[in-house]
Amino acid sequence: MSEMVHVKTTINGAAVDFLCEPRQSLLEVLRDVLYLTGTKEGCNDGNCGSCTVTLDGVLVNACCVLGVEVAGKAVTTIEGMAKNGNLHPLQVAFLEETGLQCGICTPGFLVSSRALLERHPAPSEAQIRHWLAGNLCRCTGYDRIILAVQKASKRMLAGT
Amino acid sequence: MKAGGKREDVLRVIGTTPIRPDGLDKVTGRAIFADDIHLPGMLHGKVLRSPHAHARIKSIDTRQAAALPGVHAVISAADFPEPAKPTSKSADISDLATNCMATTTALYDGHAVAAVAAENIHIAGQALGLIEVDYEVLDAVLDVRSAMADDAPVIHENLKPGFFFASTKKAHPNAGRLEYSDGDISKGFSCASVIVERTFTTQTVHQGYIEAHISTALWDADDRLSVWTSCQGHFDIRDQLAGILNIPMSHINVIPLEVGGAFGGKDSVYLDPLAALLSKKCGRPVKMAMSRNEVLRATGPSSGSSMRVRMGVDDSGKLVAADISFAFEAGAFPGGPVSAGILTATTRYNIPNYRLEGFDVILNKPKIRPYRAPGATQSHFAVETVLDELAEKLGMDPIELRIRNAMKTGDRLVLGYPCPVIGGVELLEAVRSHPHYRAPLDGQNQGRGVAYGFWYGGGGASSAELSVNADGTVQVCTGSCDMSGTRMTLAMQTAEALGIQVSEVQVTTGDTQSIGFTLPAWGSRTTFATGIACITVAEKVIAKMIERAAGIWETDNSNVRFDAGVFTNTNDKLQALTFKQLAAKLDSTGGLLSDQASVSPQGVGFQLAAYLVDVEVDTQTGKVSILRSTIFQDAGKAVHPDYVAGQMQGGVVQGLGWALNEAYIYRADGTLANTSFLDYRMPTALDQPMTETVILETPNPGHPYGVRGVGEVSIVNPPAAVANAIYNAVGIRMDSLPMSPTAVLEKLWEHQAAQL
Repeated sequence: MSEMVHVKTTINGAAVDFLCEPRQSLLEVLRDVLYLTGTKEGCNDGNCGSCTVTLDGVLVNACCVLGVEVAGKAVTTIEGMAKNGNLHPLQVAFLEETGLQCGICTPGFLVSSRALLERHPAPSEAQIRHWLAGNLCRCTGYDRIILAVQKASKRMLAGT
Repeated sequence: MKAGGKREDVLRVIGTTPIRPDGLDKVTGRAIFADDIHLPGMLHGKVLRSPHAHARIKSIDTRQAAALPGVHAVISAADFPEPAKPTSKSADISDLATNCMATTTALYDGHAVAAVAAENIHIAGQALGLIEVDYEVLDAVLDVRSAMADDAPVIHENLKPGFFFASTKKAHPNAGRLEYSDGDISKGFSCASVIVERTFTTQTVHQGYIEAHISTALWDADDRLSVWTSCQGHFDIRDQLAGILNIPMSHINVIPLEVGGAFGGKDSVYLDPLAALLSKKCGRPVKMAMSRNEVLRATGPSSGSSMRVRMGVDDSGKLVAADISFAFEAGAFPGGPVSAGILTATTRYNIPNYRLEGFDVILNKPKIRPYRAPGATQSHFAVETVLDELAEKLGMDPIELRIRNAMKTGDRLVLGYPCPVIGGVELLEAVRSHPHYRAPLDGQNQGRGVAYGFWYGGGGASSAELSVNADGTVQVCTGSCDMSGTRMTLAMQTAEALGIQVSEVQVTTGDTQSIGFTLPAWGSRTTFATGIACITVAEKVIAKMIERAAGIWETDNSNVRFDAGVFTNTNDKLQALTFKQLAAKLDSTGGLLSDQASVSPQGVGFQLAAYLVDVEVDTQTGKVSILRSTIFQDAGKAVHPDYVAGQMQGGVVQGLGWALNEAYIYRADGTLANTSFLDYRMPTALDQPMTETVILETPNPGHPYGVRGVGEVSIVNPPAAVANAIYNAVGIRMDSLPMSPTAVLEKLWEHQAAQL
């Protein structure tokens, strides 16, 4: 077994320390070391987006980042999306618009969509489709996900 | 039919769109999927897989792997017991076991040959590298035509023909065959004024669920086995495990979890027996998860095919004869979906003279498993493009041709019985009157195509248990895995029958030791068949509550009326109790109530859909873009219209992926070349516009609220409709899938050369 590394980082706003092997991905650390299992594995090779998290505000596939790389950085995951028990408008819209069926890709879509709305508060349908092209969904055909993002965008702009 | 005194026209809950109970956990990351299971002392297993498509296994040496620190168990086929005698004709236990672990021969690239359990996946991976397997590489067979050639290598010395829908008979060392026929096809063709004959090929495709196969097993000291697994039918998984491991079904508990997509592909064991045997060997729980590479190489995709279709139509536009021969991949073991392929080929039309022939072909690819309306997407691609060509040659509108020949309620089906209530003509009329059908196409190389599709769907055994609580809420436990929101559609049917709010009903999926036998979530059967189980148990509970109310009012049961959630004494209208009020009195009038129902409804309403699509073909690159997309589908009665629309849209996009991009690409040596989502290219959000959904409702008399299954038929039409649209755009008839830029460009060049 290779030697453990002590990593200090911030996850969803809270300071976190963990030990991991240098070969462990951030995805493995989140799920198997920290038990933050909301971040899902779909392919483990960067092609499906199910494990999307942000690293210092930038969208990354957690399977393509090493656990040791997050030292001193800030990670946000799906677990950090609802604040003080209040769902993010995107989470509400995904529920209302049935933007999910099986739900395995949903955390990745939500994290990606939040990053989109932070940069483009009123995206067009084409912009949403481009932005989410790195997240695969096999159940919905995407339409209801797009509708949910549009609905959340409108509500956030209206401040409701 | 009645249910809780309710008729279809006074439905209160059915047809609304409440938010699913599992939704909150899924948008917050709290939902528990198979990979989220962590048991105390749990080890991690990994599988060593054959790097060859066909190879004799001369020896396996696992000693070095077993000696690696951190490794706790190593297994190979030698660790498997003699399987139990099969309990049904649909599953050959010996084939199932051999598919999970190769015995004497590796039959496809990725076939499991050994497995290890270790402290973590990295050590397990290292251990795999220490297992020495001595292979003698054999010739591989990779397509149906060469597998049926006279000199083809024989894959199974003693081929037992397979079963899927129907049995086949051995017709070749590598193939089973079946046929249905009626009338006289040569006489039929002699009446035809137009005959079209075409051959088609399609490639192996995968269901592409985002969650891989994952299983955790714990074999305890009393030889009882618990399995937490991602599947679409945990009783089926249990029965397969009992057969392979030769232990009693009652000793196995399979615990269902949230399912991260299945589409037909999670009805079979792969990892479960390996995790169980590893756990038995080392006495600790063992979790195994496939990589995407393993999912693509070694689980059950849908058949590649070679299809010949010959159809004739007379001057009046009546189909007079069809002669159809399909050869479908079965994969390394028999039992592929060719029977469903031929039975769905023409069933939506009345054709007096036909011969439908199917071959179930063994080759060196993974064992084929169902994929959403199994066999029907291939068959519709062939038949619906031939119909388009017949309509063109007749000078007839393609919808008109289909309407003139459409199967109607009571018409004789291929299997000989009368067609149950369907609304095929109404559906086709809806296509013809939709604005999309007449909208102008306003660019060069744009075209429109349509296809009309059919799928049987499934009924059969389902169980539900219902308990009434003192506060008037209700919980229902069923045996159906929920893949797409069925706990909600079952809660809605229960609430409808009980006359209460859907928020007052909680539906869960019980493990195999908690609830009665239930068939898997296939055939779009859950909302239909398990729905009937929920309605049936609700009616039983209402009958008992009527007795209680009669007791309280000191009157006969026959004097108590139940309507819209209220019990009333018909002799004294002032005596009335709501469901909730009576629930509060149950404890003091004989105890709280619960009941159970196991049903096996057979009145499946057929699924019909049509798909209308506009495309633009880039004649420089061969790329086909989807411009407009509309699906029409008959839901019988849409329990939750948003979910119905979601099934329709999801199936369309899978069908578009099959039409345009998706294919297994094998190297000459039989190893799979595209083993990631980068190379096995499924549709992204960018690849198609919104799909408009038109839901029709021809009630199914086989269900109290008229429900039909809705999960599958949406996938069958897009490849044919896109092919017809490509023809309409640029004048080429596509006869192979996928219609990739390369394939389209080659056809365009052929077409241009022929015109010179």
